Order: sequence, then C-alpha cells, then structure tokens
Amino acid sequence: MSETVFEPWNDPAEKPLIQFRNVTKSFGDFTAIDDLSIDIYEKEFFALLGPSGCGKTTMMRMLAGFEKVTSGTIMLDGQDISPIPPNKRSVNMMFQSYALFPHLTVYDNIAFGLKRDKLPKDQIDARVKEMLRLVQIEKFGQRKPEQISGGQRQRVALARALAKAPKLLLLDEPLSALDKKLRQDTQFELMDIQEKTGTTFVVVTHDQEEAMTVASRVAVMDHGKLKQVDTPDRIYEAPNSTYVADFIGDVNIIEGHATKQGETMAIGWAEGQPPIIGTPSKPMDDGKVSFAIRPEKVAISAERPTDRNNVVQGKVLDIAYLGNLSTYHVQLPNGVMIKAQAANSRRRASRPFTWDDEVWLSWTDTAGIILEN
Amino acid sequence: MRRLTWFNATSLTLGFAFLYIPMIVVIIYSFNESRLVTVWGGFSTKWYGELLQNEAFLDAAWVTFKVGFFSSIIATILGTMGAYVLVRGGRFYGRTLFSGMIYAPLVMPEVITGLSLLLLFISIGLDRGLFTIILAHATFSMCYVSVVVSSRLVSFDRSVEEAALDLGCTPFEAFRLVTLPIIAPAVISGWLLALTLSLDDLVIASFVAGPSATTLPIKVFSSIRLGVSPEINALSTILIGLVTIGTIAASLTTKRAVMRRRREEQMAEQMT
Repeated sequence: MSETVFEPWNDPAEKPLIQFRNVTKSFGDFTAIDDLSIDIYEKEFFALLGPSGCGKTTMMRMLAGFEKVTSGTIMLDGQDISPIPPNKRSVNMMFQSYALFPHLTVYDNIAFGLKRDKLPKDQIDARVKEMLRLVQIEKFGQRKPEQISGGQRQRVALARALAKAPKLLLLDEPLSALDKKLRQDTQFELMDIQEKTGTTFVVVTHDQEEAMTVASRVAVMDHGKLKQVDTPDRIYEAPNSTYVADFIGDVNIIEGHATKQGETMAIGWAEGQPPIIGTPSKPMDDGKVSFAIRPEKVAISAERPTDRNNVVQGKVLDIAYLGNLSTYHVQLPNGVMIKAQAANSRRRASRPFTWDDEVWLSWTDTAGIILEN
Repeated sequence: MRRLTWFNATSLTLGFAFLYIPMIVVIIYSFNESRLVTVWGGFSTKWYGELLQNEAFLDAAWVTFKVGFFSSIIATILGTMGAYVLVRGGRFYGRTLFSGMIYAPLVMPEVITGLSLLLLFISIGLDRGLFTIILAHATFSMCYVSVVVSSRLVSFDRSVEEAALDLGCTPFEAFRLVTLPIIAPAVISGWLLALTLSLDDLVIASFVAGPSATTLPIKVFSSIRLGVSPEINALSTILIGLVTIGTIAASLTTKRAVMRRRREEQMAEQMT
C-alpha cells in the first residue's frame, strides 16, 4: 500500500473521530436507528446513503444534537456527546433548506457563529472574508439571501457552517436543490473545499451518484440499519447483498442454485439453459444464490462470441437511449429480461442493433457477483 | 381592462352604498350648523371647536389611548410567548387543551368575559379604574395576537432556528436574534389588532371601568343615550379620518414592500 492512499479505516492505529456504539433511536413505536455501530475517521468524506425514511437524517440530527439517542453512545473525539447541547458542540451543519437567516446579509450570516464566540471584530472580519473567498462569493457579501440565486445560497450556507472551523461538518442533502449541471460542478468544488480545509464531512444523500462522486466511504442504509460500509468502488463492484446491488446503479439479478465446480460456481437458473459460470469473492457452499451483474458488463453482439463461458441468446425488446450509452432490454426465450449496456461510440444512424433483432449476450466468469441468499 | 357588466356594476354600487352611506351621513352632519342632529342648518365647523373644549371627551380619549397602548403591549408579549410555546414547545402534556383554550376567548360572548372579569376584580378587591381596563383588554386581545403569531410560526422553516442553535446560540439567543426578527411583521400586526380591539371595545370596558376612568366608547355610548349631539358626529368624523389614513398608509407600505421584493428577485435572477 502506498503512503498517499487515504484509508484510515484500514489502519488499526488510527483513532476514529466519531464512534456510534450500539445506537438506537426510536420515535414512539417507530425505530429509526436500530442498534447501529460505526466509526468515522478524521478528514473523511463520509456519505450516508439510503432511501427516504432509512434513518440517515436521524443519524445526522443526532450528531448535531437535535435528537437524543434512545440507547447507546455517540463519541466525538473520544468524548460522549449525548449530554452536550447543539450550541456547545464543535459540529456544524449545512441544512437541506440552507436555513439562511433572511433578515441578515450574506456577510452577517457567515459572521453569525463567530459573533457568538465573542471573537474580536477584526478576527471575525478576516475569517468572514476568507470564507467568502473560499466559496467564491466575495461580490455578494452585502446582499440579503433573497437577493442571490439558489447556487449562491448554497455557497453561503456552506461558508456559514465552515466559518467556525468545526471538527465535523454535517451536510444534509447539500446539493438537492440545485439543477443537474450545477450539481455536478458543485460536487467537485465540495471535494476541493473538503480537502483544503481538512474538515471531516458527513453528507446525507439519497442520490447515489452524488455519494459515489464525493465520498471516501459510503454507508448504505435501510430501515435504520447499515447494509454496507465501504469505498464507492467496492460498494459498486462488490455489494454484499442484493439490496445494495439494486440500490446502487443498475443491475440484473438472476436467482439460481449454485454448485461448486472447481474454482468457480455453476449457477443453474433456468430449464434448458446452460448454467451461469461465476467466480465467488470468497469460498462458498452449494445453495440458493442471486447472481448480480451490471448491464455495462454484459456484452451485446450479433455473432455468437466464442471467447467466454456465459452466452445467451435473446431478442431486443426495448432500447433506452441515454446519449453516451444505450441500454438494451433483451428478452431471453424463457421470458427473463436482461439489460445490457453499450457505449455509443458511433453516431445513431450507424448503430448495429434495433428493436426485435436477435442478439447474443455474453459476460466473463468474473463479471458478476454471487450473493448468497 | 374588462368593462363591468351591468349586473356587476349594480351589485358593486349596492354593496358599497350599504357599507358607506351611514358614514357619509355622519360626516355630512358633523358640519351641520344646527344643534338638532336631523335638521340641516347650514355649513359650520363649530362642533369641532366645541369638541376640543369638551374636557370629558378629551379625558376619555386620553384614557382610551393609555388603555390601548399598555394593554396592546402586554397582550403582544404574552400572546407571542403563548404562540411560541404552543407551536414550538413540542408535545407536552395538555398541549391540545391549551391550544384549544387559547382560541376559546375568540368566540366567547364579550358579556361573559366582561362579567367574569368584573367578578374576579371584585373578589380580589381590586378597585375598578384604568388598571382594571388595561388588564381586561390585555386578557381578551392576547388570544388574537397569539393566533396571528402562531400562524406565522407554523409557516416558517424550523431549521432556521436550528441553524442558530447549531452556530452557538442558546435557545433564548436564537429566539431574540433569529426568530423574533423573522416573525416581527406578524407580531406587529398582532399588536395593531390588539390596539384596535382595545380602542373599539365597549362591552368589556363598561363592566370593568370605574368612575375614575371612562373610555371613549363608553363616553360616546352614554352621551348618545341623552340624545345624539353634533359633537359626536364631529368625533366620529375624526375617528373615520384617522382609520382611513391608517389603512391607506398600511396598504401603501405593503405595496412598496412587495414591489421592492420583486425588484430584488429580478436582480438576483439577472445575476445568475
């Protein structure tokens, strides 16, 4: 492992900044967070990802101090933060609605937290100007929040939350109010700012693309539990459950019965079809499995390929044209639908397949993931 | 612009005639020379002069002003506090009961409110006068303030307050520095409402007023029982004038605020 790789979670000597220890949070009968433990390290850009109602926002609000834990402890820098009220925590939050103070100028919004700390005036001024520069809104200091655009408000909210140099910055759906183009640009800026300031970021999002882009690690949540905590590429390429595989990106899931066949597993999945050959990520026993394969790992061709084990024939039922890519929905003779993705390296008129074409789908032994049920 | 149809024009005329003819009659007769209210005796402003000489009326007006001023301030403070707790206090025991109870005085017949306050003041041995009127008015108008303020609190983004806490405010600082400035328009309109209600009130005031303090509505009402005097017409005209000026000023301010906001929004759009 080279020294430049940022992987504190693999270093046993590293002390986590945030520790959730068996945290449970219930609202009446409803359990929002269910016996959850997790470590988040300093300078991480950590994403909590999940559908609405999965408990990700509750986790963030517990870190900020707006919700009390029902049981378990949350440690920040080795200290139990449960009894500390939000205004005494070295944690700041960027709200989904930005929650800017409408009666104050941009400058005063950013200075708000610093003034609470009773810092001398010139220090406040210097810090506010530094923040305005950091998020590139120097020109708008004297404007009111309603006099600037949505993208600028987002920057003000970020600058305000960063002004007090918190140990931990929480971002609640930070980019959800921006349009797609602006969102993509801002993602990179956010990463840049995180790197520059060295602050630990915890971001809550339901947008998997956003989580994958910005985060050093992603936690996929469902019903108050962690499904998987891993780096974006591991989450995508090696999901540990059909839930994670299905939640992140597009996937074909084929149910079947696996039998050991040397190094590989043979998955019988349909009458009259040859078994799918796959490589398990760890040794496994025979049994019922789900075979998950991403559409971009399924090749589509007019001729039967001969260089790989997994080959099926089908008919193109539907084509989703995405510009750079096309997704082909191919129906096999037994009714199973498999999605295959191909890059549109040529102009549309000369693309090879169209509706109702008979095509061959194929993939290698290592292209898919075998998930034990 | 669309022309009014015959039917609409008629209903408009009838409606406004119904509302305003009585007031116009009062205004016209306030300039009547004759002492007899119903007989026109030529134009004169002498009743305005007489009114300004009438100590009893001026005293009553001064009492009304003091009552309105103090009671509306007390009502605004208490009403805002009540609204804040009911909207933001979370779910505490008896919350539904309390929020029901804050609306009850709005529909309670004034006679009952007045009578119960009178009995209370007698039983605790409080002499009736300026102070009791102020208390009574603050009591019934704080509910109105509370309703106005809580509707504003319900509609504003809770996370703005949380942001203040997050940035280091104590809950009280968050209220003073963030919540209050944002709900200020509602608090001011609640205060104006309380002031108007107090200036207007006859029934409750007549229960709790004592010989030492009489409000203008009580004075007007009691002098009318001895026959309508032209002075009353003059007084009414002055009041109508004040209300008109107040209403026009308020609507102009609102209009200007709306226009300014629209300009600023346009400016923001151009910047992007």
